[in-house]
Amino acid sequence: MIKVRNLTKYYGERLAVDNISFDIGKGEIVGLLGPNAAGKTTTMRILTGFLMPTKGDTWIADCNMVTDSLEGRKHIGYMPEAVPLYTDMTVREYLDFFARLRGLEKARTRKRIDEVVSLCHLEEYVDTIIGKLSRGFRQRVGLAQSIIHEPEVLILDEPTVGIDPIQVSQTRSLIKELGKEHTILLSTHILPEVSATCSRVIIIHNGKVIAQDNIENLSAIIKGARRLRLEVKGPHEQIIKRIQRIDGIRRVIKEGEYLIVESPVSVDPRGQITEAIIKSGWTLLSIESVEMSLEDIFLQLTTKEEAV
Amino acid sequence: MKNIRTIAGKEFKGYLNSPMAYIVICIFLIVTGIFFSSYLKQINYVDTTIKGFLQYANLLLLLFAAIITMRSLAEEKKMGTWELLLTSPVKDSEVVIGKFLGAMGIMVVMLILTLYYPLLLTIFGHPDMGPIWTSYLGLVLLGSAAVAVGIFVSSLTSNQIISAVVSLGILFALWYLANASTFFPKAIGQVMNYLSFQYHFSAFSIGVIDTRGIVYYLSITGLFLFSATRSLENGRWN
Repeated sequence: MIKVRNLTKYYGERLAVDNISFDIGKGEIVGLLGPNAAGKTTTMRILTGFLMPTKGDTWIADCNMVTDSLEGRKHIGYMPEAVPLYTDMTVREYLDFFARLRGLEKARTRKRIDEVVSLCHLEEYVDTIIGKLSRGFRQRVGLAQSIIHEPEVLILDEPTVGIDPIQVSQTRSLIKELGKEHTILLSTHILPEVSATCSRVIIIHNGKVIAQDNIENLSAIIKGARRLRLEVKGPHEQIIKRIQRIDGIRRVIKEGEYLIVESPVSVDPRGQITEAIIKSGWTLLSIESVEMSLEDIFLQLTTKEEAV
Repeated sequence: MKNIRTIAGKEFKGYLNSPMAYIVICIFLIVTGIFFSSYLKQINYVDTTIKGFLQYANLLLLLFAAIITMRSLAEEKKMGTWELLLTSPVKDSEVVIGKFLGAMGIMVVMLILTLYYPLLLTIFGHPDMGPIWTSYLGLVLLGSAAVAVGIFVSSLTSNQIISAVVSLGILFALWYLANASTFFPKAIGQVMNYLSFQYHFSAFSIGVIDTRGIVYYLSITGLFLFSATRSLENGRWN
């Protein structure tokens, strides 16, 4: 549904997005994770046709966003980070304007406004001037705007920034709900956001994609684990069984000559492991902590925030 | 076409929803009203003409254009609604033309409100309607060129005040180009004359429909609307 190839964007001399490529299939909810100024917003702006890339190509629903931008834009719903609104319009006028601009007929517009208003729980405020709404409701109006024309692809830039925790969880469940019918790409700099809503993550940093994987593979790391690499002389099967009996050990994997032991960060099993190995008469050649590259990246990348 | 109508409609309603347009129209009507009546008094009511109105209407129209167009694109940029407008399946030119027509709409409404000057004249006398209609044609053409300049300047900045001041500067420069032409050699002076708003307006105010004038004002309109479109496109590549 979304295809990005060798995308590069310079702002003058400054490199904002550096040769990134990724694919997003139909029906996926994908998180674009990275710290501020990583290139998330620029990537999204290029995907939506707001900006043109310096190099590379993007496709939305098989429309090239450089050569066939106008057609491609019909398939996109977009909520920019700042949630731009016409504050002197009512919610209904605002939704009506964007529905018409995206080619909906009058009758269809009226029907869709009713639908998105109830989906985003805005029934009470539909005839209120947007300028009088609180931040959380504005966010919902922005979201309603992005889905009014039933686009195949939804691009949401930091959809939960600046709203209170209850609204955050409401917004997340709304996004999940929308994911049943739309392909969604959302950006965030908050880890729990990704695990709460997305099926897959693309991590970008300094304009480069540094990792992309599905959430299950990443969640072990996200939860925080310690990894030790052991080099032991002795029967590996028995050693694994012995180590697994130690309290707090999550799992032991054989990796070539080595054994990888995973435990929570809160537990330090090194003493117990050496003791167990030596008591059993095996030889411990080395024990060392293994770099958990992704976790390191996450630590660098993300501002820590408690999961809501 | 539909997109242009949608944007122009939104724009026009936006003017009606904000106090700015009412204030500016009010001032326009008061000031032109004073000049309309004081001119008639000055010539002791021997003639029925809208000359007094015309004398200042053209310059006030430039002021009006600079003020109503200052928000058109600059505000969208500042509020960020820009991003939604430019990611909707709408051509950049449609956005610009929609904005232009919305502002023209409010200007035409204002000019219609001034029609009570000629109406008064017909009630109390027998004015020559020819020059009056051509004057109005001239005002609409002048207004359209001025609004186009304003839209273009508004596309360059996200600051409304800068937009208003710069477009007013350009508009006054275009108007007074004719006055400055006397300081230059004849050939250059003629070119300056021909490029000036003022030069082409005089024919309309004395009842002449000058094709050159029509072509001139429409060309200026087209040129600046085209430039505004290019300025939007340019923003996508930077």
